[in-house]
Amino acid sequence: MLNQLTISELTGKLAKRECSAREAMQACLDQIQRVDRRIKAFLGYDAADALAQAKAADKAIADGADFKQRPLLGVPVAVKDVLCVKGHPCNCGSKILGKFVSPYDATVIERLKAAGAIIFGRLNMDEFAMGSSTENSAFFTTLNPWDTARIPGGSSGGSAAAVAADEAIATLGSDTGGSIRQPAALCGVVGLKPTYGRVSRYGLVAFASSLDQIGPFSKDVRDAAVIMSVISGLDPRDSTSVPEAVPDYADALGGNIKGLKLGLPKEYMIGGLDPEVKAAVDAAVRQLQKLGAEAREISLPHTDYAAATYYIIAPAEASANLARFDGIRYGLRVDGADPVELYGKTRGAGFGAEVKRRIILGTYVLSSGYYDAYYLRAQKVRTLIRQDFLKAFEQVDSIVTPTTPTAAFKVGEKSDDPLQMYLSDVFTVAANVAGICGISVPCGFTQSPKLPIGLQLLGKPFGEATILKLAHAYEQSTGWHREKPPLP
Amino acid sequence: MSAMEFDVRYAARLAHIELTCAEEQKLSAQLANILGYVEKLKELEVSQVEPTAHAVPMINVTRPDEVRFGLTNDEALRNAPARAGGLFLVPKIVE
Repeated sequence: MLNQLTISELTGKLAKRECSAREAMQACLDQIQRVDRRIKAFLGYDAADALAQAKAADKAIADGADFKQRPLLGVPVAVKDVLCVKGHPCNCGSKILGKFVSPYDATVIERLKAAGAIIFGRLNMDEFAMGSSTENSAFFTTLNPWDTARIPGGSSGGSAAAVAADEAIATLGSDTGGSIRQPAALCGVVGLKPTYGRVSRYGLVAFASSLDQIGPFSKDVRDAAVIMSVISGLDPRDSTSVPEAVPDYADALGGNIKGLKLGLPKEYMIGGLDPEVKAAVDAAVRQLQKLGAEAREISLPHTDYAAATYYIIAPAEASANLARFDGIRYGLRVDGADPVELYGKTRGAGFGAEVKRRIILGTYVLSSGYYDAYYLRAQKVRTLIRQDFLKAFEQVDSIVTPTTPTAAFKVGEKSDDPLQMYLSDVFTVAANVAGICGISVPCGFTQSPKLPIGLQLLGKPFGEATILKLAHAYEQSTGWHREKPPLP
Repeated sequence: MSAMEFDVRYAARLAHIELTCAEEQKLSAQLANILGYVEKLKELEVSQVEPTAHAVPMINVTRPDEVRFGLTNDEALRNAPARAGGLFLVPKIVE
């Protein structure tokens, strides 16, 4: 089944003319028809447009296109509903964008298209990427392909579920506090959050601008590396993108990991860590040691303050970014007697509960009289958290942790308690606060029910090549990533 | 200011979000709970620490001041809830 292939497998077949891009695209569309009524990963897709793109890819292949220059030629890629794709709707999982149609392509979309990818669908997410389960989507909740009574994680839950259910060859998501790594772990796929500044955010609807990064979901580590090489790099349209050379990440894979140093932060062995998750991560560390890596205990003393820091900084930035949804220039409008009444009514009707919660929290921590006590203090603690990591990376090449404290939780289990939901991100938020990179790779399953567990490898700023190399060596020596969910 | 005194109405008004009474009550309790949790940052001594606004190793990124392609008037107005004469239509602001 072509929809089950990785990027490397599919492009290998396309290059040898063993299948067409049209057949691959059709296989994904067929799979969506078969399973998405249950999984609900997609908010929408345009089958005719997808097949037309596939036809163009087939023509390029027939004309002798070079897969070295266009490494994603003919590969069906779906994206989180927070990225602008010219001529297609973009809702951010919210009602407030109404019938919005993107007037331009995000930089990552431009780059994927230039590399030959078929961009074909919009994936469900927590509204404006605020959440850890997709239960905050204004449309519906995506379900975990491993157990449809459970959430797929979030906010990029649709992106993770679509890859796990073989509805797309790969997908893109965004990660502000764990929104790529956490759902990747809970759905048993690979997810990478790049270093802040590595990937242009132009055309990504902003949530928290100092934390957001776009990154790939894929079926194996090599595919994540291939996508990273395509989407990374300086973009004059995003002044926070960094002019750091982009290596061929796939080239770095397969080498020896002997002597690479892994740090095990003692502060991550917290009370709420599930014993099965702990056992799987311990086994993964032993496996990496067997492959030649050296492990040592390290300390990240301010770990316990990362979630609190995050839940001040992210809402503060969101309150400013989401001011643009005011019913004037696009999206939903609820009329009022004057503009101020119009704003209040539009935003009251258009935003869901979690988004209101965060905007109001963010507005409060920035408001006169409270700025120093909350926001400025959080920015200072942010310095301490970043210093913890930079100091640790003087001793080690990567920091190894569980991606999440537990496997996927049940639909509804945490949706009434925002603070408990926030604390499910406890292992992922620090990477965003510090601006470093991280990847989640499958490292086993809980026994009953059988649910995926994720291993998180954190890397130095612009150290993606190292964590990809480690993750690849681990993955290839274990094979957890080849397990498939029992689909409905 | 302790979290208990948190005034949800004041913050919602600043944020231009109209809330129902039920929403106000629920949010008030939830936000007080969250603010109570973030109080833990006060345990740390930070008077000598510089704040971090972002993690990019760059400052003052500029571009050449030259004319660039942008959206046409029609493209810019395409998603507008109300438009007239090539402009966004809004409720009357001055009498």
